[in-house]
Amino acid sequence: MAVSMQVDIVSAEGELFSGKAEMLFAQAADGEVGIMPHHTQFLSSLKPGTVRVVSGDEEDHFYISGGIIEIQPSVVTVLADTAIRAADIDEAEANAAKQRAEEAMDSAKTETDIARAQVELAEAVAQIQAVTKLRDRLHKTGLA
Amino acid sequence: MAGGSKEIRAKIKSVTNTKKITKAMEMVAASKMRKAQARMEATKPYVDKVKRVITHVAGAHPEYKHPYTQERETVKRVGLVVISSDRGLCGGLNSNLFRAILPKLKAWNEQGVEVELALVGNKAQTFFRSYGGNVVATVSDLGDTPHIEDLVGTIKVVLDKFDEGDIDEVYLASNTFVNTMTQQPTVQQIVPLQAEEKTDDSRWDYLYEPDANTALDLLMRRYIEATVFGAVVENASCEQSARMIAMKNATDNAGEMISDLKLSYNKARQAAITAEISEIVAGSAAV
Repeated sequence: MAVSMQVDIVSAEGELFSGKAEMLFAQAADGEVGIMPHHTQFLSSLKPGTVRVVSGDEEDHFYISGGIIEIQPSVVTVLADTAIRAADIDEAEANAAKQRAEEAMDSAKTETDIARAQVELAEAVAQIQAVTKLRDRLHKTGLA
Repeated sequence: MAGGSKEIRAKIKSVTNTKKITKAMEMVAASKMRKAQARMEATKPYVDKVKRVITHVAGAHPEYKHPYTQERETVKRVGLVVISSDRGLCGGLNSNLFRAILPKLKAWNEQGVEVELALVGNKAQTFFRSYGGNVVATVSDLGDTPHIEDLVGTIKVVLDKFDEGDIDEVYLASNTFVNTMTQQPTVQQIVPLQAEEKTDDSRWDYLYEPDANTALDLLMRRYIEATVFGAVVENASCEQSARMIAMKNATDNAGEMISDLKLSYNKARQAAITAEISEIVAGSAAV
């Protein structure tokens, strides 16, 4: 039995792999790395690509769209992204979020809101009236 | 008299319909709750592992200290990420959270600290629209299966502001899931990271690729994203449980109301019959 290390491959939406392995290959920032137990501490971003985990005769492949790999002598952690991430995509998302905030706050007194509020108010008033009427009637008949 | 019983009958019918709806919503929420809890469980390993890596990094002696681990001396402005649900009818879930936030906002206000808000979910937007506040980013309509990509933009807005020195601390306000009956609103600081005590004295540092700055920055961002995403998923779970409980209560109340109304209805009917009989008896006595 060869020396083994703990390997955890996780993404935000679930665990992909957790177990012992003898070797792991991944696409680190400066090229492919092969990791064996007792590797020195290593931290790198991962490029989109395959992570191969070798344990015994078995070899598992995981396609990941990027992420982070952290290596400790006995533990390897792969934090996989669930989608391809790029600075410009993130930037566009950020701008969209800002814009939504501005729109949401600007539209505070738009007609749709007023209309919605009026409908809600009308409904509430109708309900209160119905309940009051019923209660009055019950009181009148001395049944309440 | 007959009019009274007719009206009660109409009311019974309407309450019965309401009860049917709340019962259906209760069952839908119960099934969604199970899925939401499964998703919450699925998210945990990622958050745990990022935390583990962060703990390792805190234990290392890096050549480069990341700004997200450094406390700033003066805090002039803070960022607050508020996680709420998109829909209502979930009991006091959102209002409890806002009630937990308000004292914080007041305290900051008294200290002269400005607050910038990043809002997740429609309910927070509605609340702060009427309450007021400086909203810098929003995201809503995440649906039942929130994805981390949906949150990236909002988080980036806040982190960019931190990087530029616009804000000095970032807080996260959300509901934490205790159990199906209990959801606990919490406000916690997420940036700068509350670094844990270093446990070992060995002096080691990572090999970084491409370099310490880039690798640590990526890790920190993923950590913040994972924390916020974890909170969103947890909040979704809270939302469904709270809705289930709220709808169960509504169904129970409707049931009670129906039996009350039925009692009144029967009394009214009985009174009408008694009155009729006495009228007949009085009539026949007169003859």
